[in-house]
Amino acid sequence: MSGEDKIIDAEKEKRKIKSLGRMKEIMTHYYIDAKTARKNNKKVAWITSGGPVEPLLVMDIIPVYPENYGAMIGASKMGVDLCGVAEGMGYSQDLCSYGRADIGQAETQGGPIGGLPEPDMLICCNNICGTVLKWYEVMARKFKVPLFIFDTPIIHTENSDAARKYVRRQIDEYIIFLEEQCGKKYDYDRMNEVGKLSVESQRLWRDVLATASNKPAPMSAFDAFFHLALIVTLRGTQVCVDYYKGLLAEMEGRVKDGISAVPQEKYRLLWDNLPVWYKTKWLSEKIASHDACLVADTYTSAWSAQVDLLDENDFLESMAEGYTAIYLNIGTDKMAKMVLTMIDKYDVDGVILHSNRSCKPYSLGQYDIQKIIMKERNLPSLIIEADMTDERSFSESQIATRIDAFMELIKDKRGN
Amino acid sequence: MNIIDEFKDVVLNPYSYAKKLKADEGKKIIGYFCTYAPEELIFAAGAHPMRLFGTSENIHLADSHLQSYSCSLVRGALEEALNGNLNFLDGTVFPHTCDSIQRLSDIWRMNTSFSFFSDVVMPVKLNTESAREYMRDVIGKFSNDLESGFSVSISDEKIAEANDIYNKIRAYLKEVYRLRSEDPSCISGADTYYIIKGAMIMERRELLKKLPLAIDYIKSGKSAKTASDKSRLILAGSICNHPDIYDIIEESGGVVIWDDLCTGSRYFEGEISSQGNPADALADRYSSRVICPAKHISNTSRGDNLAALSADHKAKGVIFMYLKFCDPHSWDYPYMKGILGEKGVANMLLEVEDKLPSLGQLKTRFEAFMEML
Repeated sequence: MSGEDKIIDAEKEKRKIKSLGRMKEIMTHYYIDAKTARKNNKKVAWITSGGPVEPLLVMDIIPVYPENYGAMIGASKMGVDLCGVAEGMGYSQDLCSYGRADIGQAETQGGPIGGLPEPDMLICCNNICGTVLKWYEVMARKFKVPLFIFDTPIIHTENSDAARKYVRRQIDEYIIFLEEQCGKKYDYDRMNEVGKLSVESQRLWRDVLATASNKPAPMSAFDAFFHLALIVTLRGTQVCVDYYKGLLAEMEGRVKDGISAVPQEKYRLLWDNLPVWYKTKWLSEKIASHDACLVADTYTSAWSAQVDLLDENDFLESMAEGYTAIYLNIGTDKMAKMVLTMIDKYDVDGVILHSNRSCKPYSLGQYDIQKIIMKERNLPSLIIEADMTDERSFSESQIATRIDAFMELIKDKRGN
Repeated sequence: MNIIDEFKDVVLNPYSYAKKLKADEGKKIIGYFCTYAPEELIFAAGAHPMRLFGTSENIHLADSHLQSYSCSLVRGALEEALNGNLNFLDGTVFPHTCDSIQRLSDIWRMNTSFSFFSDVVMPVKLNTESAREYMRDVIGKFSNDLESGFSVSISDEKIAEANDIYNKIRAYLKEVYRLRSEDPSCISGADTYYIIKGAMIMERRELLKKLPLAIDYIKSGKSAKTASDKSRLILAGSICNHPDIYDIIEESGGVVIWDDLCTGSRYFEGEISSQGNPADALADRYSSRVICPAKHISNTSRGDNLAALSADHKAKGVIFMYLKFCDPHSWDYPYMKGILGEKGVANMLLEVEDKLPSLGQLKTRFEAFMEML
C-alpha cells in the first residue's frame, strides 16, 4: 500500500461514527431477547413502526417490528427472494415489499436472523398506511393470535374532537386488551416511567438529527437510517435514552472538531420517503462523489416531529394526539409544509424524492410537493423511482445518470 | 327506448344527464367515488349525489400528479377533474377508504376549485362500540358540512325520508339481482350492469319510479336474455366499468348470477333501520354493511361472505376482477381464494389496467376456466 492510501484510511476512520458498534450490540441483544422470549416466559407482540409501543413495555411484552426486519432484509439484499415466496402464495408483486418480505420470512424463517419470533399478539396502528391493516390480518390468520387495531383517523386538514375522543377511547381498549392477554393489571406507575423515557428518547433523537443543520453536517441521513433502529424498536427504555445521549455527545463533538459526514461538503440535500435499503451504500457514495451530503430526511424525523404534542407527565392522555398527528397521517399540503420547514432548517440546495412503489401514502402526492418546493423555495428536486426492499424496481444506471444531471443543475444554480 | 335502454343511456352519457338535471331542476351535483359516501345526506340536503367512475381515455394531465403505480380509477378520476369534463360538479366527497383514494382527496383539494369539498374520515375498524360511536360523529359532521356548504338545514325528517327512499331503492336493486339469480336467462349481465350503475347516476326520485318498471320489464320476459344452460358465476372485486365483460363471459359458457363488487351488491346490501334517530340509524348502516377490503370487521369476514354468497346462489365459480394496483383487494386475494378452494368453488383472477385485455385473450382465459367447472 502506498503512503497516500494510509492517509485516506485514517481519514475514513476519523469519519466513522463510533457509537455504531454500541448500537449493533444493543440490537443484537434485543433480537436475542426476542428470539428467546418463549423460553423466558415472555410474550411477543408484533407491532407496526408507528404503533403505540409504550403500553407493551409497561406489560413486559417484547415488541417486534416486522418493518425493522423488512429494512434488515432489504439491507441484506434478501428482499427479492423473500418477496418471491409471498408472490408464489398469490400476493401481487405490486404490494408493499415489507409486507411481502414479512410473509416470506414467516413462511420460511428467512432473513438475516433466521426469522422473527412468532407473535403472541398483533398490534396494528394504521397511522402509517392502510396496508398494515391488511398485512396484519394476514398474520392474524396465519398465527391465529389476537389482533388489536389502533385506528387513527387521518388528518387531511384538521383533527376533529370526535377523532380525538375515538382514539382516546382506544387507548383504554388497548390497555384492557393487554390486561386480558397478560392476565395481569396494567401498571400505571410504570406507564409514567416508560412515558418519560419515550419522550426523552424522542427529544434526544430530534436533537441528534438537528446536529446536521451545522455546516458541515457531522452526520448524514444515511447515518440516520441506521441509528433510527433504536428509536423505532426501543423507545421507552433507558438503554435507548443512554444510547442517544452518547450519540448526541459524539455528534456535538464532531461539530466542535469540524468532522463532517462527507469529506468536502459543498452541497446539501434533503431526502424524502423511506431509504432504498439495498442501495444505501451506493447512493451514499454516489452523492458524496459530488461533494454533496444528504443532511436530513422526512423519514427518520417522523419519530420525533410530534414530540411536542406528547406530555411526559401525562403520556397516556397525550398519546392519542401524538400518534394521530404523525407525518404520514396528514394531508399532502401539510406534508409539503413540513418539507419546507426542513429545507429552511437544514439550508439545503435541493431535494431528492424517492418515489417508492411500496408506499402509496408516502409517494402519491410527491409530484405536488415537488411543485410546492419549486414555487415556494425555487429549489430543484429530483424524483427517483425505486422501492425500499425489492431490488427489482431499481435501475442503477438510470438513477446514476439522473443524480449526475441533478447535481449539475444544483452546481449551475449555485454558480460553483 | 325501453326501460333498460333508459338506464343504459344514463350510464353511457352520465355528464349530459347531470348537466340536464342541473339546467332543468337547478340541482347541485355532488360527485363521489365509492359506496362509503353517505349519499343519503347529500340527497337530504337537496343536492344530487352522483357516482363518478373516471375515464380510461387519454390520461395525461393526471400523470403530472400521480405515479404510474396508481390505480386506473384514481388516475382516471383526477384526469376528468383536470380536463374540465367535471366542470358541472358543485363539489365532491371523499370517504376514507384506501391509501390511494386518501391521497387523491388531497391532490383533488389542492388542484381543483369545486365549491364544495368534504373528507368523511370514517373509522377503519367497525367492530367496536367506540368505532360505531365515531361513525355517528362522522355522519353528524358531514351533515354539518353540507348544511353550511349549501346553506340548508338537514332536519331529522329529511334524513328519515332519504333513508326510506334509499331503503326502497336498495330493495329494488336487490330484487333485480334476485330475479337474475333465480333465472339467469331472464336478463343479460350487461343489462343488469346498466341498471345498477345507472342507479348510482340517476336522480333518486326518478330512479325510484323507474326501478319497478325495470323489474316488471324483466319479469315480462321482454329484456335481453342469455341462454339458461351456463355455469353460474360470481364476480368479485372493486369496480367494474366494462359491460363487455358480461357478454364475453356469456359467450364463453358462463353467466354472472351475483357479485361482490363496489359497483354491485356492496351498493345495496345493508338496510337502514327506521327505528330511533335517523342520522344514527344511517351511521349504523355504514358500520354494519358488507365491507370493502379497506375496512375491518373480522379477519375473515370478506372470505366468509363470499363463500356464503357462493353457497346461497349455487355458484360454481368466482371470477376475481381487480384493478391493477388496488392494494386492499390484492391483499385479500390469497386467503379468499383459499376459503373458496376449501368449499370447492373454482376461481380465477383477472387483473385489469385501464382497459380490458383483448377479446380473444379474455375468451381463451374464460373458456379455460369454464372447462374447469
